[in-house]
Amino acid sequence: MKKQLDIIGQGLPKHDAGLRVSGKAIYGQDIVLPGMLYGAILRTEHPSASFSLDLTDALALPGVVCILTADDVDVNRIGYKRDHPVLKQGEVCCIRDEIAAVAAETREIAEAAVRRIKVQYEVRKPCCDPFDALQEEAPLINRYASGKFSNKNIAETFHYAHGDLDAERTRSRIILNRRFTLPRMTHACLGPSSITADYDVVSRKLKLYSSTQVPFLYQRDMAHALKMPPSDIRIIQPIIGGGFGSKLDMYPFEVICALLSMRTGRPVQIVYSRKEEFIASPTRQPMVIDLTAGIDADGKFTFREVDIVKDNGAYTSWGATTPFVIMQAFSSLYKVRACRFDAKAVYTHNVFAGSFRGYGNPQATFALERMIDLLADAIGMDKAVIRRINANEPGEITGQGLHYETCGHGECLDVVIRQSADARSTAIDAASRDRARYRSGVGFASMLHVGGGAKIYRSDGCGTTVRIDPYGHCTIITGSTEIGQGSETVLAMIAAEELGISLDRITVINSDTDVKPWDVGVHASRTSFVAGNSLLGAIAILRPKLESKARQLLQSGDIDLLFRNGRIETNDGEAHIALDKVVREMHFGEPNELAVASYFYEPPSQFQDAGFKGNVSGSYAFAAQAIEVEVDCCTGNVRVKNVWVAQDVGKVLNQMLLEGQIHGGVLQGIGYALYEELLMDEGYILNPNFHNYKLPTAADVPPIHFHPVETYDRHGPYGAKGVGEAPLIPTAAAIANAVSNAIGVEISSLPVTPEKVLRALEENKHKLHLA
Amino acid sequence: MTPPIETGSAQSATEQTIVCEVNGHRVTRRVNPLTSLLELLRDHLGLRGTKSACNEGECGACTVLVDQVAVNACLFLAVNAHGSKILTIEGMLQPGGGLDDVQRALVECGAVQCGFCTSGMVMRIRALVDEHRPNTDDVPSGMQVLPSRANIQKQLEGNLCRCTGYIKIVDAVEALFQNKYGNPA
Repeated sequence: MKKQLDIIGQGLPKHDAGLRVSGKAIYGQDIVLPGMLYGAILRTEHPSASFSLDLTDALALPGVVCILTADDVDVNRIGYKRDHPVLKQGEVCCIRDEIAAVAAETREIAEAAVRRIKVQYEVRKPCCDPFDALQEEAPLINRYASGKFSNKNIAETFHYAHGDLDAERTRSRIILNRRFTLPRMTHACLGPSSITADYDVVSRKLKLYSSTQVPFLYQRDMAHALKMPPSDIRIIQPIIGGGFGSKLDMYPFEVICALLSMRTGRPVQIVYSRKEEFIASPTRQPMVIDLTAGIDADGKFTFREVDIVKDNGAYTSWGATTPFVIMQAFSSLYKVRACRFDAKAVYTHNVFAGSFRGYGNPQATFALERMIDLLADAIGMDKAVIRRINANEPGEITGQGLHYETCGHGECLDVVIRQSADARSTAIDAASRDRARYRSGVGFASMLHVGGGAKIYRSDGCGTTVRIDPYGHCTIITGSTEIGQGSETVLAMIAAEELGISLDRITVINSDTDVKPWDVGVHASRTSFVAGNSLLGAIAILRPKLESKARQLLQSGDIDLLFRNGRIETNDGEAHIALDKVVREMHFGEPNELAVASYFYEPPSQFQDAGFKGNVSGSYAFAAQAIEVEVDCCTGNVRVKNVWVAQDVGKVLNQMLLEGQIHGGVLQGIGYALYEELLMDEGYILNPNFHNYKLPTAADVPPIHFHPVETYDRHGPYGAKGVGEAPLIPTAAAIANAVSNAIGVEISSLPVTPEKVLRALEENKHKLHLA
Repeated sequence: MTPPIETGSAQSATEQTIVCEVNGHRVTRRVNPLTSLLELLRDHLGLRGTKSACNEGECGACTVLVDQVAVNACLFLAVNAHGSKILTIEGMLQPGGGLDDVQRALVECGAVQCGFCTSGMVMRIRALVDEHRPNTDDVPSGMQVLPSRANIQKQLEGNLCRCTGYIKIVDAVEALFQNKYGNPA
C-alpha cells in the first residue's frame, strides 16, 4: 500500500444516518407537489382473459380528473424484449396486468373510481407451468413474443460450453443427476413502490421523482415508451426505501403516471399499497435446474451438464438475463474441466420475474452446492475436504475466461471450516446417538460473484465530478445511486482520505440526471468498485492542480505534499497552507482556474462473445459459509443456530457498513432458505401480505460470525471488491446442506418448510422399513 | 381533563372533533371516525416522518407512541387518540436539534440502511427502553433488570427491516441498556 490509510477501513456510521434516523429523509411517498393529483391503477381480476370496460360510473364520480385505458394512449411497449404493453388492450396475460388508470383529487376518490369501473371478463384457462407452456397445444401466452425460438412460448435462451464433456464423463468415477426446484421470492422492500410525475405543458418537459436504481437506462426506456426525446425527461431520485434489484426495470405504473400527468397537466403521484407491492412487483426467477455432475477418483470435479427451465412469467424483464450469472457459477465456481449449460426462459401466465440480489446466483449455488454434498457422500469424502481440494486459486483463468487475478476462495473455506469444527463434531456425535427429537447439522457452501462490475451493457462505466469550493467544502457529484447500501459514505470517505477534508465538509450529490454524469446504475455489486475508482480518477486530476498552486504559494519546490486536516503540507512538516486558501488563490489568482475535475471510469473488463466467454468483471468476489442448524423432528421446524461467513472483499473500506451488508444478505438468504415463497395457484397469488408471506424478523436472527478476507485486488479502489450481493448467495445452499446433514434426507427444493422436512423424514422412515 | 368528544354537526354527521397533543402541541381536528392515526399524522398534520408500509399492522413502520405506549398508527383510530399525548419521530429531536439517545445509538451502531423502517424502529425502541427504566431515582444504577438479547429480539419482532439483518439494531438496544448513550434530557 502506498501510504498509511487514515479513514478507509474504519467502521464509520452512514454519512446521512442522522437524516434517516430523525424522520427527515424524504421518500417517494412523502413528496407533495402543489396541485398534485393521486393516481390509482385498475388491475385484472383474472390471469388470462379478454375483457371490455365501462367507465361511465367512474367518470361520473366528482373529483375524478382523468381515466386512461389502452385506447387513450399512444405509447411503445416496454421491457427488456419490448413485449409488455403499458396498458393492456382487450386481453390480459397475468394477475398484475394494468387495464385502466385514474387520476383524481384525492387518493380515496382515485381508489373509489377504480372500484366503479365495470369490467366484463371472458375468462380463459391460464397456462402456469413452464413445462406445459412448452407443449405444442399450449396457448400463445405473449402475443408480442419475438417468435425467433423453436417454441412460441420461449422468451430467451442461453447456451454455453467449455471442455471435452465426453472425455470427462469417461474419466468420472461417479456421475450423479438431480433436479432442483427454486421458488418465487419477492423483494418486499419496506418502502412501497412510488412515483411522482410532473409534466410541464409549456416546456413539454417531464420531471419524474422515481426510485429507479438505474436512472440513465430508465430515462432512455421512459423516452422510448413515451416517444419523447430522452433529454426532455429529468429523473430525480428521492431517498429509496430498499431496492435489492427490484428497481432495475421500468414498470407500467411509472409510464402510466407520466401519461396521467401529461394528460392532466398536473403533477400525479402513484404509491403502491402493500398488496399491490406483492402482486405487481417482480420476483426472483423461479426455475427448475437439471444438473448432472461428475467426480474423478481423486475427488476432482470433472464435468457439469445443466439444463434450466425458468418461469419467465407473462413478460420479459432484465431478469431474463440471469443466466449470464447462473452459468458463471456452473462454469467457474470450483475448478471444473468441462461444462455444458442450456437455459430457457419460458412465458407463462404467472406474474413476471425480475432481478433480485444475486441475479440467479442463489439458485445456481443451491443446485451446485447440494450436488457437491451428494458427490462427497457418493465417493466417501469429507464435505469440507472435497470443497477445499477443488477450490479456485489466484491466477486461474476459468473455462469461461474469467480471470481471477486475486482469489480468496481457499482462505474463505479454511476460515469457515476451522470456525465450524466444534459444531461439526457435536453434530456428528449427536447423529451417532439414537433418534433424538432435536438434531443438529452443519452445511457448507461457497460462492463466486462479479466483484468489479459486470459488463452486460455496452459500458459498465461511471462518471464523477469533484469540486472544492472557496471555503474548503468538497462536493462529489457521482453518477452512482444510493439505495441504502452506503455508497455515499464510501465515496465521502475516499474524498476525505485523498484530500484531507473532514467528512462533515463533504457533500455527495447523486440524485438528478440533469446534474450527475452518466452511470449504468446500481447492480452487480458494482457501486463501491466502479464509483470509487471513478472518484479516485477525478481526484487524481484535481490534486495536481491544487498541488501546483500550493507549491507556488509555499515556494516549496519539488518536495512531496500531503493533504491533511484541511491543509496542504510539505511532507517534512516545515510549511503548510489551508486548502480553502489554495482554492481561493486558484479562483482569483493568475491563471484563474476552478478547483474542479471530472472523470469517467470504465472497468478493465470485457463484453462477452456470443458464446458467453470473456473476462466480464474487473475482479471476482468469493465467499464461503458454514451454517449450523437444529431440526425439530416432531414439528419439522428448522432453527439456524450459527452462521460463519468468510468473504473475499479485496479490502475492507468501511467495516461497519460491510458488516451491515453481510448481516442483511445472510438474513435474506435465511428467508429464501426457510420461509419465503410467493404462492401462486393457477395464476392467482395466494399470500400477498406480510401475514402470509413471512419475512425473517428480529427474533429469527442467529449469531453471524463474519471474517473478511483481504486479497487487495489491484483493480479495486484500495484493493476492494464488490460485496453487496455475495452474502445472500450461498446461505440457502448451506442451510439445505445442514438440514440434510442433520436428518439424512435429500433437500432439492426451497424453501425448506416444516412440511417438507416432515415429509422427507416420513419417506426416509419408509425407505428404512423397505430396506 | 379530557374534553368529551363532540359529535358531528348536521352538515357532517359522521365527523367528530378530536383534541390531542402531538409532540407537545395541542391539536384540534375534525376527522371521520374511520380515519387512522397514521392518516391523521401524515395526511392531515403533514407529519411525514412516520412511514406507511403495509397499512395492516404487520410491519411496524408506522409505530408511534400514544401515552408512552408503542402502537401501529395504521390500526389505531384517530378518534381513539382523543385526549392522548402522541409522540412521533418528529418529536424525538432534543431542544436545539440534537438526536436523542435512541437515535444516536442507531446511528453509531450502524443500524440504519435504507431507513424506511427506522422511524418506527426508533419509536419502538424508545418505548422498550423506557419500560425498563427504573421508576424512581432510588434504584441504584445497575440494579434494574435488563432484558436479555433474545428478549430484545423478541420485543422487536413486530418491526420488519429488510436491509440490516437486525443485528446492529439489537446491538444499539443493548448499548442503550448499558447506558452507553447516557440518559436523555
